[in-house]
Amino acid sequence: MKAQGRVFKYADNVDTDVIIPARYLNTSDPAELAAHCMEDIDAGFVKNVKPGDIIAAGKNFGCGSSREHAPLVIKTCGIGCVIAKSFARIFYRNAINIGLPILECEAAADDAEQGDVISVDFDSGEIKNVTKGKTYRAEPFPPFIQDIIRKGGLLASLTEEK
Amino acid sequence: MKMTLTQKILAAHAGLDRVTAGQLIKARLDTVLGNDITTPVAVNEFEKAGFDRVFDPDRVAIVLDHFVPNKDIKAAEQAKRCRDFARCHGVTHFYDVGKAGIEHALLPEQGIVTSGDCVIGADSHTCTYGALSAFSTGVGSTDMAAAMATGEAWFKVPSAIKVELAGKLKKNCSGKDVILTLIGITGVDGALYKSLEFSGEGVSSLSMDDRFCICNMCIEAGAKNGIFPFDEKTAEYVKGRGEREPKIFEADEDAEYESVIKLDLGSIVPTVSCPHLPSNARPARELSDIKIDQVVIGSCTNGRLSDMAAAYGIIKGNKIKDGVRCIIIPATQDVYLQCVERGYTAEFIKAGAVVSTPTCGPCLGGYMGILAAGERCVSTTNRNFVGRMGHVKSEVYLASPQTAAASAITGYITEPEEV
Repeated sequence: MKAQGRVFKYADNVDTDVIIPARYLNTSDPAELAAHCMEDIDAGFVKNVKPGDIIAAGKNFGCGSSREHAPLVIKTCGIGCVIAKSFARIFYRNAINIGLPILECEAAADDAEQGDVISVDFDSGEIKNVTKGKTYRAEPFPPFIQDIIRKGGLLASLTEEK
Repeated sequence: MKMTLTQKILAAHAGLDRVTAGQLIKARLDTVLGNDITTPVAVNEFEKAGFDRVFDPDRVAIVLDHFVPNKDIKAAEQAKRCRDFARCHGVTHFYDVGKAGIEHALLPEQGIVTSGDCVIGADSHTCTYGALSAFSTGVGSTDMAAAMATGEAWFKVPSAIKVELAGKLKKNCSGKDVILTLIGITGVDGALYKSLEFSGEGVSSLSMDDRFCICNMCIEAGAKNGIFPFDEKTAEYVKGRGEREPKIFEADEDAEYESVIKLDLGSIVPTVSCPHLPSNARPARELSDIKIDQVVIGSCTNGRLSDMAAAYGIIKGNKIKDGVRCIIIPATQDVYLQCVERGYTAEFIKAGAVVSTPTCGPCLGGYMGILAAGERCVSTTNRNFVGRMGHVKSEVYLASPQTAAASAITGYITEPEEV
């Protein structure tokens, strides 16, 4: 899996309440939910995001609630990969389970600026900041997790076992 | 290598003699939980994957608590989706309006979870049951769906931070002040992927409700779980509740911890976490010039009977300050009934507060107390992120029931001693 797009840059501790505010959680329809993605910290996000774009953020991305709606709306908006210094653990788990590519890479997340063009090879963990001409390497997932992703998410991997 | 308390419970549920930090395991689950927000997503996934039965109808718990009694048509549709699923699969522990309460107060109260359990819930505050000396952690809806089908979940075995408690809490201080102080020390990601294991001679002085409150907010330090050792108070609490026998696990004496945090309970003061992170903890007394518009007392963090009793102790015979809306929400039907029978509800109403049936409502900005731009709320809930309780320009200050009740009377953030 590969992605290339422009960076939307955010700070530390982006929480699930700003990724998708709870006031919209009276539906589980991904498209309806995605219309409100990031609106409490970045009102222009939904209007400006294009398929393949990248979110680069600080530490503890996705902290707070366990709502799977959070990675789901980011994926539905077309984001190709979230690169952060670290992820909150439930968000990390949910992103894997629903198939939203994420990578932990402190240097790439730090250097990236709003609007930079970044390309990501999710399988190898290679991150290229095309604008800045820099290459980074993120820690690839352990084989156990790669297997879940390869099979298309947790439930697809279970169905295959059945 | 010796094991922590969490590792002991995980090893037992994975059928292994020992596990080590970082190891990936598959563990058998005692209970799988979901609520009216997360269950509909799980049901979609469950059905899409073609599963036609839950692994054990006695081991799945579905609690309608976030947007019930239904706040709008969409919420009603989601609740109905849960109801239909529970009926179709014969889910034993299905809790609807009239029986339901806030999930993390309800499950221990009803004995659906017990000591030594391994539990996942599609709600981040599932870590609450660590108070019972159980391993419990929050997951997403897909994990819930998979676990409802298989009765298992995968985990990366966590390392632990040991929190050594000494001394005793002073009057008007509670578990809430302890956990806000601790998150102030660790930061909101200080325990990321790790267990927070509480120990030391100070543990025995903490009530079960204090322990529930402390474990409840371990997620706000980033932790995978929080856990207390099993002692006489735990034994007394779990006795006679539920069908399953509690199992006692202990950390090995020479277990390895990543770090140790020492807290003297006697030095804890009434604490408030300022916007917009739970880690912005400050002594309440330094915030006495902050004028407030609303107070919320309730939630999975502080909606238990002792929280209601603490609020009653301060509100009784006083009046809620003009211009302050005080919303009190007992967390379960049982707590609600006891508030009525003990006369708390009458005193709350006489003072000018409103008392609601159990709901998560205002905590997550759902309904029942949404804030307008510029408004401030002192709340016994667990998060104060931007827009958490309403408008993005509103503010939430997290506090204990004592501090919240005192603030409702003066209209400013106030130490309980002052009223």
